[in-house]
Amino acid sequence: MRFLFKTDYEDDIRLFPHSGYVVSYGILLALLVIAPFVLSSYLVSQLVFVCIYATVGVGLLILTGFTGQASLGHAAFLAIGAYTAAYLQQYNVPFPVYFLAGGLLTGVVGALVGFPALRLTGIYLVIATISFAFIVEEVLARWESVTHGNEGMRVKTLSLLGQAVPQNGPTFYYLCLAVLILTIVGTLNLLRSPTGRAFVAIRDSETAARSMGINVSLYKVKSFAISAAITGFAGVLFAHKLSFISPEMFTLQLSIEFIIVILIGGTFSLHGAVLGAIFLVMIDPFLTYLKDDMPGIIAGVAAAFGASKAAASNIESNVAAFASANGLKGAIYGVIIVLFVLFEPLGLYGRWLKIKLFFQLFPLYKRATFKRQKIYVKSERNR
Amino acid sequence: MLDFVQQLVSGIALGCVYGLIALGFVLVYKATEVVNFAQGDLMMLGGFFAFTFIGMLGLNYWLGFAGAVIAMAAFGMLAERVVVRPILGYPQFSIIMATIGLGYFLRSVVGMIWGTDDFKIETPFSQGVLRIGSLVLAYDKLSVIAATVILCALLYLFFNRTTLGTAMRASSENMLAAYYMGIPVKRVVSIVWAISAAVATAAGVLLAPITFIHSNVGLVLGLKAFPAAVLGGFGSIPGAVVGGVLIGVIESMAGFYLPQGWKDVAPYIVLLVVLLLKPEGLFGVHMRKKV
Repeated sequence: MRFLFKTDYEDDIRLFPHSGYVVSYGILLALLVIAPFVLSSYLVSQLVFVCIYATVGVGLLILTGFTGQASLGHAAFLAIGAYTAAYLQQYNVPFPVYFLAGGLLTGVVGALVGFPALRLTGIYLVIATISFAFIVEEVLARWESVTHGNEGMRVKTLSLLGQAVPQNGPTFYYLCLAVLILTIVGTLNLLRSPTGRAFVAIRDSETAARSMGINVSLYKVKSFAISAAITGFAGVLFAHKLSFISPEMFTLQLSIEFIIVILIGGTFSLHGAVLGAIFLVMIDPFLTYLKDDMPGIIAGVAAAFGASKAAASNIESNVAAFASANGLKGAIYGVIIVLFVLFEPLGLYGRWLKIKLFFQLFPLYKRATFKRQKIYVKSERNR
Repeated sequence: MLDFVQQLVSGIALGCVYGLIALGFVLVYKATEVVNFAQGDLMMLGGFFAFTFIGMLGLNYWLGFAGAVIAMAAFGMLAERVVVRPILGYPQFSIIMATIGLGYFLRSVVGMIWGTDDFKIETPFSQGVLRIGSLVLAYDKLSVIAATVILCALLYLFFNRTTLGTAMRASSENMLAAYYMGIPVKRVVSIVWAISAAVATAAGVLLAPITFIHSNVGLVLGLKAFPAAVLGGFGSIPGAVVGGVLIGVIESMAGFYLPQGWKDVAPYIVLLVVLLLKPEGLFGVHMRKKV
């Protein structure tokens, strides 16, 4: 086990606490760079979605994970970014300009949402963000001169420095990866600055933060703006990836998916956003696999345990029918969410930390280290 | 003028529908400070139970209704035991996510079992209208209004006048203190989930002639009933119904007088404005903790 001796503040806030971090993240980066040459184009395309979802996840983590303000309206921010891109692109605005414009505009809208949200907490904030998302969705559907209403908008192929960047090619993947990495590094820097510490202080106790001299309103609005801006950047990439956007893509369902991303990944660290995005996006290929291969495998297992040939093929067709049932995806989603909330509240990254600690402390690991304390309901109405 | 009255009445009827679902939200919140996002889906499931009893097994309407209510009360207890009890007391957000997960699960399982078509239950109120002058009221809508008023009054009395109701309010205020006072908190929570599932079932069955039953009806109506509960101040039973009626009236007025598209958004705009002015809702109680 490695002991880190910290002798000054600089040691404490270092991005790479020791050389092991540089090596492991270097290897990860190298793997991500060679990914498009190794993986099938379908998987690369899924990786692009992972990058976009993870970027949104990072944005949502700033707001929900670090400032403690729940939001079920991030699909609206994504929509604003995406529509800004699609609209400006019609007038031949170059990509870097509308990329920045998409993020900035979404950030301004986020700040505007943040002001009314100042007085709201808990469930009232959740419903306010849901209402905001509904209103944005309806505006997009009705403001036909700009958004073309329910017909949707076509997004042309991205062109960068005079080169076309098709949304299925490796260059687009590198672009999304770069945006994700810049977002993560930027957010890490933000979180070790006074602003980030103020966010965390507000999350842990608003009263305590206020009495330490933190301007709670200002930082909440900042948190909303930054979170929205990051989501707006992701929205621009999202529009290009899909190459067609329409209002019904940005529903409450999508906002819930973003929350699932950080919930499954873990809400206390940026790793959570990435792990959650991988999990959520890769569920589709997994379900396809389940549909295609599972019946055969289960029938094979049954046959190995001595089932007759007729029984095995009967099992195979039953499993196939079950796997291709219409609502299976929703049911799996539901079960996954419930199981994570009940049994893995720290998410995938929490599980990774537990496994790591197990090996670090090898014979001495105690399960109780991560055990949740018993808490009793106390009214949140008295604050 | 007649148009206005007709719109007002149909808005009130629609609003009572929302209010009836919102009652379920408020019940669970009042007793445990848990926001149950699966409330609409419980309503949907109750409707499907009633459909199974009445439409498929051919039971008498009232018998089927009672059967569905009892079955759903048991289901509510089961859902509480499996999903909510292990995380009771943890941050509200995790419980919201767990109930959203429960809602997903119920929707798709119901879709797998009963299919995704629209179903209809034959009720004694399905046909016929009441005419007052030139005003026309359908019996199915009147039945919803009557049921909402009755249920609201009963629940209000239950929470404010009975020992069990007081125990429920106490356990939401401070669970540990309630334990010390000898309140069986686990049983209280279990009972309140049973009641709220039963109320949801009543809503689902009464709605069946108006909206039909399909696997997404809970999501659609739940998303309207939720603002209703918030508008009324989440912890107030009369507030839920008033909020529901307000949302219903706003929706039907906006649908009639404003251009197309406002109908769906108007309730949310009003909700945002109300929340800006009164962050605790119309009937919410504002409380502060002494530090």
